Amino acid sequence: MRDLTGPEGDGLMKDTINAAAPVIEARNLNLTFDTADGAVHALKDVNLTIGKGEFVSFIGPSGCGKTTFLRCIAALETPTAGTLTVNGMTPDEARKSRAYGYVFQAAGLYPWRTIAGNIKLPLEIMGFDRAEQESRVERVLELVELKGFGKKFPWQLSGGMQQRASIARALAFDADLLLMDEPFGALDEIVRDRLNEELLKLWARTEKTIGFVTHSIPEAVYLSTKIVVMSPRPGRITDVIDSPLPKERPLDIRDSREFIEIAHRVREGLRAGHGDDM
Amino acid sequence: MRNILPILTVVATIVVLWYLAAVKLNSAWVYDQATRAGADMPAFSQVVSETMNQDRPVLPTPHQVGAELWKSTVGMAVTSKRSLVYHGWVTISATLLGFAIGTGLGVLLAVGIIHNRAMDMSVMPWAIASQTIPILAIAPMIIVVLNSLGLQGLVPKAIISAYLSFFPVVVGMVKGLRSPDQMQLDLLKTYNASAAGAFWKLRVPSSMPYLFASLKVGIAASLVGAIVGELPTGAVAGLGARLLSGSYYGQTVQIWAALFAAAIVAAGMVIVIGLIEKGTLRRMGMVR
Repeated sequence: MRDLTGPEGDGLMKDTINAAAPVIEARNLNLTFDTADGAVHALKDVNLTIGKGEFVSFIGPSGCGKTTFLRCIAALETPTAGTLTVNGMTPDEARKSRAYGYVFQAAGLYPWRTIAGNIKLPLEIMGFDRAEQESRVERVLELVELKGFGKKFPWQLSGGMQQRASIARALAFDADLLLMDEPFGALDEIVRDRLNEELLKLWARTEKTIGFVTHSIPEAVYLSTKIVVMSPRPGRITDVIDSPLPKERPLDIRDSREFIEIAHRVREGLRAGHGDDM
Repeated sequence: MRNILPILTVVATIVVLWYLAAVKLNSAWVYDQATRAGADMPAFSQVVSETMNQDRPVLPTPHQVGAELWKSTVGMAVTSKRSLVYHGWVTISATLLGFAIGTGLGVLLAVGIIHNRAMDMSVMPWAIASQTIPILAIAPMIIVVLNSLGLQGLVPKAIISAYLSFFPVVVGMVKGLRSPDQMQLDLLKTYNASAAGAFWKLRVPSSMPYLFASLKVGIAASLVGAIVGELPTGAVAGLGARLLSGSYYGQTVQIWAALFAAAIVAAGMVIVIGLIEKGTLRRMGMVR
């Protein structure tokens, strides 16, 4: 596995030993889509281990398979070869045992439900009783700093607040794994910075494992304990970087030397992966 | 309030054009009468005044139609066979029953179409084909067949009415129930929601705006169906019967009054559905 993850194999070695049972483990994962233009190799020989409590960012240009990989973990896509386990189960078993919360790029709140009603949606489907629903809604609203907004309808909230509500919805049923597919991609940079800061706090408080897809190098470096650099045609992992940054990260850490060095390495990885078409 | 002025302008324009057309179309009869009586050609002002209140005008004037409407609704006991309230109610009751049947059938078909592949492939072509058959051709046969089964009066008319109104509901509801995008469906999949859960929590609420748009078309189609269903039964009762008997006896004023009564009923029913729509969507939080 390590030889496929690039020059950072040794750092990963230590990491794998430290984490007890991995939350996500991919071995020689392949996924090919049959399209009208022929087969598209969306994922090629992906090997990756994610330990408990890690914050893992997937970064790469469009078509590198980062979203596809996240969707495989969520059992929304089915790999065509290789093995993938989530909490030691198959992704589909993990989905059925409600192992993860998924946050999409669009908030996707139901316009006919209030914010509290939207957060209750998964709870209703999973059969929590009414009192439990109420207390959970209160708790996650506080967690994403939307206390007091439960009775508002989505259109009464800004885009950033809507996305926070959708994160609250994914947190409501206490899955240990949070999968986020470019959750802040549609927001402006100022809102994005704030939400990144809040997400780190939330991660520190809840100790969840987070898989985070992004286009943004600063976002990936700022948030992650592990950065997975991917490249397209075929979609594959070109580099895995274990971040030396401390867990406590004020926004101005982005001006530090370490931060800039990691960002540089990510950029190099992206450029190398692109080869001739850039 | 700012909507009133344009509406009044349009109405006034129509009334003016209507009077002009009435003068033009009805004047032939005035000249004809003068010729037969051997009199001189009447002056234009006299022609105009004589086109205003003819017994059997080619085109009745607005005030004649208004007077006839007033006389046959307010000025008459509702039990009278000449009361438009009585005939209107006969038609409305058939329309509402037909609308209820048509809407129910439409929704059921739509639910079947989105959940069953065989129905998805097969129902829509038949539904479309059903609407290409002229209703005037099929209505008498429905009346005859149901009559031989012992069904008369309200039900056959309601079935013809349902025949016209289920179609917009099927089309609208299939579109509405399929309106949630893939991301929304994926989200429910991550919760491991059942098909029933997805149906009630996502598809049904998403389809509401589509449903109401269809219902507005459907209720108007229902009314047309009920009126058409009244024609082959031999002018017994209903707005359709008034239209038919008016045309038997050349009572153009009566025909126009019945036509306007039908238009007013249709507008009223569409407005009622609009109000229900507004109330429902507001309660769902979908109106800002």
